[in-house]
Amino acid sequence: MHEFDLSSAIVATVRKHAAGRQVTHVTLRIGRLRQVVKDTLEFYFAIVGKDTNCEGATLEIIDVPAALRCNSCKREWEIEIPAFMCGDCGTGAVEVLTGEEFMVESIEVEDEEDAACTAPR
Amino acid sequence: MHRTKVRVVEDALDANNTIAAANRSDFDRAGVTVVNLMSAPGAGKTTLLERSLEGLVNTDPPTLRVGVLEGDVAGSFDADRISVLHIPVVQLNTDNGFGGECHLDANMVRSALPAVPLDEIDILLVENVGNLVCPAEFRIGEDAKMMVCSVTEGEDKPLKYPLMFRSCELVVINKIDLLQYLDFDIDRLEANIMQVNPNATVLRVSAKTGEGVEAFREWMTSVSARAGATA
Repeated sequence: MHEFDLSSAIVATVRKHAAGRQVTHVTLRIGRLRQVVKDTLEFYFAIVGKDTNCEGATLEIIDVPAALRCNSCKREWEIEIPAFMCGDCGTGAVEVLTGEEFMVESIEVEDEEDAACTAPR
Repeated sequence: MHRTKVRVVEDALDANNTIAAANRSDFDRAGVTVVNLMSAPGAGKTTLLERSLEGLVNTDPPTLRVGVLEGDVAGSFDADRISVLHIPVVQLNTDNGFGGECHLDANMVRSALPAVPLDEIDILLVENVGNLVCPAEFRIGEDAKMMVCSVTEGEDKPLKYPLMFRSCELVVINKIDLLQYLDFDIDRLEANIMQVNPNATVLRVSAKTGEGVEAFREWMTSVSARAGATA
C-alpha cells in the first residue's frame, strides 16, 4: 500500500533530473528490507506518471539483497527472513550493510536534437 | 531524436528528508524533543497519551511541558480527547477531499508547525496516522520513533511489518489487562520484536488500568533530555 507514495517520490525525483525531457526508462535500486511490491510499484508509477514526461517510461528494478554484519564476531551474511540476530554469537549488535536502498539509479531521456548538432559553429 | 542515459543515484525520498531536516533545525532552535508515535489503528495511541500525560502535565509545575500533534485522516476526535488536559494540541488532517493520506510526511508536519507553540514546550508528541506500513518510510524530523502494539493484534506482527518494528527504539505492548481473556503469548510477541529489532526497548502497559504507564512516563522524560543534542 505504500507503493503509491513511493511512486510519487520516484516520479518527482525523475522529473527533476529529466529537466523537461521525455523519459523512456527508469532504473531503480531497491533493497529487500523496503518491502516494496514490484508489480504494485509499476502499476502506480504508470498512474502517477500519466500526463507527465514520465508517461510510457519503462521501470527496471535492481533488487538489492539484505546483508548484515555482526559487530561482535564480524560475520557477514544475507537474510531471507527478518531475523536480525547473529546466529553464531547470539548478539543483536548487527549492522545492516545493504537492503535499505531506495534509489533512482539512472534514467533514459529523449533529447530533441543530437547534442553534437547544437554545438556552436 | 536521441536517447541519453542520465546517471541519477539519488534517494527517491531525498525531498522528504530535506524538509525533515528543516523541521529538525526548528525543533533544535526551540530546544524541543520530538517523538513520532506510530501504531496500527486502534492499538491505543491516544488512550496511552491520555493516561500517561495526566501524570506529567498536571503537576505544579508540570514535570514536562508537552505538546501534541494529532495526525488523522479526518476529524478531530483525538485532539478533542487530548485538549481536556489543557496542553497545546494541534489537529492535522491528511484528507484532501477524497480520502486522505495514510501517513504523515515531513511537509505535512511542517505545514502544522506555525500552530505549535514550540517555545512553550519541552517535548512534542506526534501521533501519526494508524498504519503499520507507510509511516515507517517518512521521516518528519523526529528525535525518536516509537510504536504501540496491542495484545489483540497477533504475536506475528513484528515479522510481517519488520520495517516498522525495526525503525522504532521503543515498542509499547498495550492492553495487557486483556491477556487473561485471550489466547495470546506475550513472550512470543516480545521474542519476535527482539528478532527483528534486538536493540528495542519493550514496555508492557495497560493504558486502561495504568499498569506499566509510569515506565512510559520515565521514557518520555529521558528522551526529552535529548533536545538539541541530536542535530
